[in-house]
Amino acid sequence: MTATTAPPTRDETPTAEPLNHHHHHHPPQPWWRRMWRDRTLLLFALPGMALLIVFHYVALAGNVIAFQDYQPFLGIRNSLWVGFENFSVIFTSDPDFWNAVKNTLILTVIQTVFVFPMPIALALLLNSLLSEKIKRVVQSVLYLPHFLSWVIVVAIFQQMLGGTGLLNNFLRAHGHQAVNIISNPDIFFGLLTSQVIWKDTGWSTILFLAALSQIDASLYEASAVDGAGRWRQMWHITLPGLRGIIILLLILKLGDSLSVGFEQIILQQPAVGTEVSEVIDTYVYNNGIVGGSWGISTAVGLVKGVIGVALVLGANKLAHVFGESGVYQK
Amino acid sequence: MTTTTTPPTAGTEAGGRSTAATHKRRRTVRTVNGVEPPNIGIRILKGVVLTIACAMVIIPFLGILSTSISSPEHVTKSGGFVLFPDTVNLAAYKSILSGGVVTRALGVSAFVTIVGTLASLAVTSLLGYALSRRGVFGGRAMLMLILLSLLFSPGLIPSYLVVKQLGLLDSLAALIVPTMVSAFNVIVIRSFFSNIPAELMESAKVDGASELQIFTRIVLPLSKAVLAVIGLFYAVNYWNAFFNALIYLNDSAKWPLQLVLRTYVINNTQLDQGDLGSLESMPPQPSIQMAILVISLIPILIVYPFLQKHFAKGVLTGAVKG
Repeated sequence: MTATTAPPTRDETPTAEPLNHHHHHHPPQPWWRRMWRDRTLLLFALPGMALLIVFHYVALAGNVIAFQDYQPFLGIRNSLWVGFENFSVIFTSDPDFWNAVKNTLILTVIQTVFVFPMPIALALLLNSLLSEKIKRVVQSVLYLPHFLSWVIVVAIFQQMLGGTGLLNNFLRAHGHQAVNIISNPDIFFGLLTSQVIWKDTGWSTILFLAALSQIDASLYEASAVDGAGRWRQMWHITLPGLRGIIILLLILKLGDSLSVGFEQIILQQPAVGTEVSEVIDTYVYNNGIVGGSWGISTAVGLVKGVIGVALVLGANKLAHVFGESGVYQK
Repeated sequence: MTTTTTPPTAGTEAGGRSTAATHKRRRTVRTVNGVEPPNIGIRILKGVVLTIACAMVIIPFLGILSTSISSPEHVTKSGGFVLFPDTVNLAAYKSILSGGVVTRALGVSAFVTIVGTLASLAVTSLLGYALSRRGVFGGRAMLMLILLSLLFSPGLIPSYLVVKQLGLLDSLAALIVPTMVSAFNVIVIRSFFSNIPAELMESAKVDGASELQIFTRIVLPLSKAVLAVIGLFYAVNYWNAFFNALIYLNDSAKWPLQLVLRTYVINNTQLDQGDLGSLESMPPQPSIQMAILVISLIPILIVYPFLQKHFAKGVLTGAVKG
């Protein structure tokens, strides 16, 4: 990866050249010399890299227990290897797993259709405001919910829409029947979606507003001279200007699409029951950490992770096909 | 924002004078970035939409604060949730702050946030600095590991097992160590450090400064803004941490505020008499719950203006350069 070897190899990899191109050419050093030379900087990097490796890569390796009948008191070394048995169990004879998959997919679709466009619309609205001052005030207010924990957001929704909340107090005071929004399984998906919208729409406008500010103002002036109205300008200048960032964020979201809000859902699971609220992440938690089916829930987590990576790579490839740059270059 | 008038654009081409003359005086329109302002109907609609959006954020906060400070009679009469307070009554705060559960959780959350943020900042900036220096041994391999970690997530159970193997279960360290370094923040801070002119560091080196001196005396003082942003992001995460506490802590004596909130506010569990201070008359349950919520909100509301000032820039540096 790093160009540690002698000059001949370097000539073969011209891309590595600029990094090593200093004002004065040092004779090539063997790797242990370079390591000793950079010892202080490597020491600086050590704690961070150690944490990353332990909590990321070592943990990643822990996924091997998906292929074991893992018993905590035996550990990974002594637990029995069972091959793909855990996977065949979940795929063939676990209705709970398929229920979790179903709920996850429904939520993914709902959130992509209803949640994803919201910040784009809000950014367009904010961008069209004539007063900078109003824009800044609105931004300050709408960014705030992003910084609240899910516990607080769920508590706030309870206080607004719950049995003794603001809405029902108002309805009762005016002689209407109270409505059950918080613990009604039929509208649970709607509740989750509105919570996500409330929490993050404002914050998510940041990237779109930045992209909008990059659009060349003279394009608008030129098109105005050509007689384009506001809607035509939006269609032909503003939206194409946002295309790159929209595609980028869609790809990133796709990779994350099977994670549909563990904290948000686990907090509200007791109120509505698992039938509508069990998703892949809560399944892993409930069956693994709470229920002790370690191997099986790790297998579920692994399937989820692999699908997520495949989705990102696939979507990125698709973006390249359509001439977009995607998350990374080819 | 600049406002321009349209006529000049039409008249600047060659021969524009004569064409301009054939048209009667062009209607002068104020434009913003070349866009005409919308008609009055659309402007009112925008105002209404934005007002509703802001109200949806502000009203809950107002209600929570009002319920926590209103008189018991007012709270009971309004069915448990008050939009406007009738008085300022701090009994709910006195009772939870003189009892055990909330004060203990407040202490845990404050400890985890302060210690965690300082540790995270130290580790992140040291790593980011090492990676920002060109040609460091193994620098590109380390950067690759960091970037790849953003793509592959280890999953819940394997992460749990690592924490368990390290003996961190049921310790406050479990709330700090696993999330101490965020790959994303390392990338943001590294790209910031990369923009500091290398000549500064080289001349310091010539003057005999050690790497540690260069880092603490030159790099860090030049990076106060980015350190503030990253530090605030870490602090908000530690303060809000619920997931780690939920899976790693069984011992309720070590619960941070978020778990206490879940138990006593969301799940509506009554606090025991012993967990509340002994007052002559107990404030109603909703007031106590809302007081706990307000207490957990205060730190966020205090740092929010500072966050506001810098975060957009911080986020964008990461998004563009990452």
